[in-house]
Amino acid sequence: MTPRTIAVVSAGLSQPSSTRLLADKLAAATAAGLPAGTQIVTIELRDLAHDIVNNLLTGFPSPALGQAIGQMLGADGLIAVTPLYSGSYNGLFKSFFDVLDPDALAGKPAAIGATGGTARHSLALEHAIRPLFSYLRAVTVPTAVFAATEDWGSGSSGDALTARIARAGAELAAAIGQRPTAEKPDPYASATPFEQLLRSH
Amino acid sequence: MQFGIFTVGDVTADPTTGRAPTENERIKSMVAIARQAEDVGLDVFATGEHHNPPFVPSSPTTMLGYLAAQTRSLILSTSTTLITTNDPVKIAEDFAMLQHLADGRVDLMLGRGNTGPVYPWFGQDIRKGIELAIEHYHLLHRLWREDVVDWEGQFRTPLQGFTSTPRPLDGVPPFVWHGSIRSPEIAEQAAFYGDGFFANHIFWPTEHFVRLVEFYRQRFAHYGHGTPEQAIVGLGGQVFMARNSQDAVREFRPYFDNAPVYGHGPSLEEFTAQTPLTVGSPQEVIDKTLTFREHFGDYQRQLFLMDHAGLPLKTVLEQLELLGGEVVPALRRELDALRPANVPDGPTHEALVAASLAEAGSELEPAAGLDTSTGLETSTGLEASRR
Repeated sequence: MTPRTIAVVSAGLSQPSSTRLLADKLAAATAAGLPAGTQIVTIELRDLAHDIVNNLLTGFPSPALGQAIGQMLGADGLIAVTPLYSGSYNGLFKSFFDVLDPDALAGKPAAIGATGGTARHSLALEHAIRPLFSYLRAVTVPTAVFAATEDWGSGSSGDALTARIARAGAELAAAIGQRPTAEKPDPYASATPFEQLLRSH
Repeated sequence: MQFGIFTVGDVTADPTTGRAPTENERIKSMVAIARQAEDVGLDVFATGEHHNPPFVPSSPTTMLGYLAAQTRSLILSTSTTLITTNDPVKIAEDFAMLQHLADGRVDLMLGRGNTGPVYPWFGQDIRKGIELAIEHYHLLHRLWREDVVDWEGQFRTPLQGFTSTPRPLDGVPPFVWHGSIRSPEIAEQAAFYGDGFFANHIFWPTEHFVRLVEFYRQRFAHYGHGTPEQAIVGLGGQVFMARNSQDAVREFRPYFDNAPVYGHGPSLEEFTAQTPLTVGSPQEVIDKTLTFREHFGDYQRQLFLMDHAGLPLKTVLEQLELLGGEVVPALRRELDALRPANVPDGPTHEALVAASLAEAGSELEPAAGLDTSTGLETSTGLEASRR
């Protein structure tokens, strides 16, 4: 079987970033449920921040951003993790998904995660981040993983985080496993012949 | 090979002085710019069409009709004429009238328009943009080729026994370009009719447009209009020049940094690296423009955007002197020498008339075919026109 590819998008802004840490753990948990040789492509949005804003202004991606988007669209599954700012995803995370074609992620298996100071914000995953991926028609797995600062310690909350990561990873691996290997759509190959476009006129 | 300029017609304050021209000043400077284009030896002037501020050109054939009287050799064109929200009957009438007044020095570029509210303002639905472009052009194409048209479609009131007047000059409709920046359907449309395809690639990276133009060329051949290399391709360009590069960059930077389309985004250096924008010496413009042929193949028309972002008229006229005096002669020499004999030159009314006559002759005498004096593939062009 062809090795699978997982794209990991992290919108963490500090370095090092707990958002990236959560993203890496989700990637490892997903890879554990897939055949050996699974490739993980990590996209740090901080490195592309200026390019993302420029794309919003000009309408086209820089070479670096275009390459990152291409890697994400070519992957078999997506893991998207953001820190929560003002009760929702941060602006960089939203802006990155704003520059995609609306259909770009349709049908793509995805897992979502978020980080925040306390667990009081955890439902932002359900009321803000999941609807974004529903709009994009990604196939988002049921378990969304929130990690509060306290979850990174030992004890029961840390164990619970590890268990949620494992469950989300297993769900994403299963979703990827059920699908054929991703192929990049070609708008030219599927272009409608003109006789057909003209038929009703 | 045809060289010219295209204008958006924006009223933008000069960022170095804060002063914006009045609408009257802007309209009159567009006229001055077109006249200068002819004086410095360019072939084409094309105006955009817009229906909202800060743009002035809402009525292109009015301006082009005036320019027809002010010029002698310049081809008057558009960039673009909105095929979605204009009535195709009015386009047929307006451009046929213009064609007569200008003695054939007229063609037009059709586009869908990207300003959302223009659709409802003119009673249309932007979600039907492609369908409108297809139906409206199909009607326009018939109105110019059939003396009496019976027609019924989705979007316009039906026509029974309608004759669009005046009939096209010499029985030959104006040449049509289809402009698109992302839709394969429009490239497909241009290919189907054997019309020209214009890729305004000035704001986006080249790779995207290479694919679009290649698709058009393949489909042009598929529909029997000639080889892919014989398809009629036009390209955009955007330049600012000074004798030496550093001066060009220094003078243009405030206009770039505040430009309506890309201002406050990427740096001038990033944008020139990623798009066809060239800011430098005339030689640098020549070198960069010659790369277009390497990417897109031999092509027929090169239009430059020279007068936007608040550049004062005096500067634009000086830029045109450099463009017409140094850049275009070098490009014309190089590109005409490189173009194979069987690839057509830029479309002109005279060439289309000659092709039409040759076609009429070939019906009597099958030996006549390709008109080598114009280089246009005559028989296939007319086959397309009869669909």
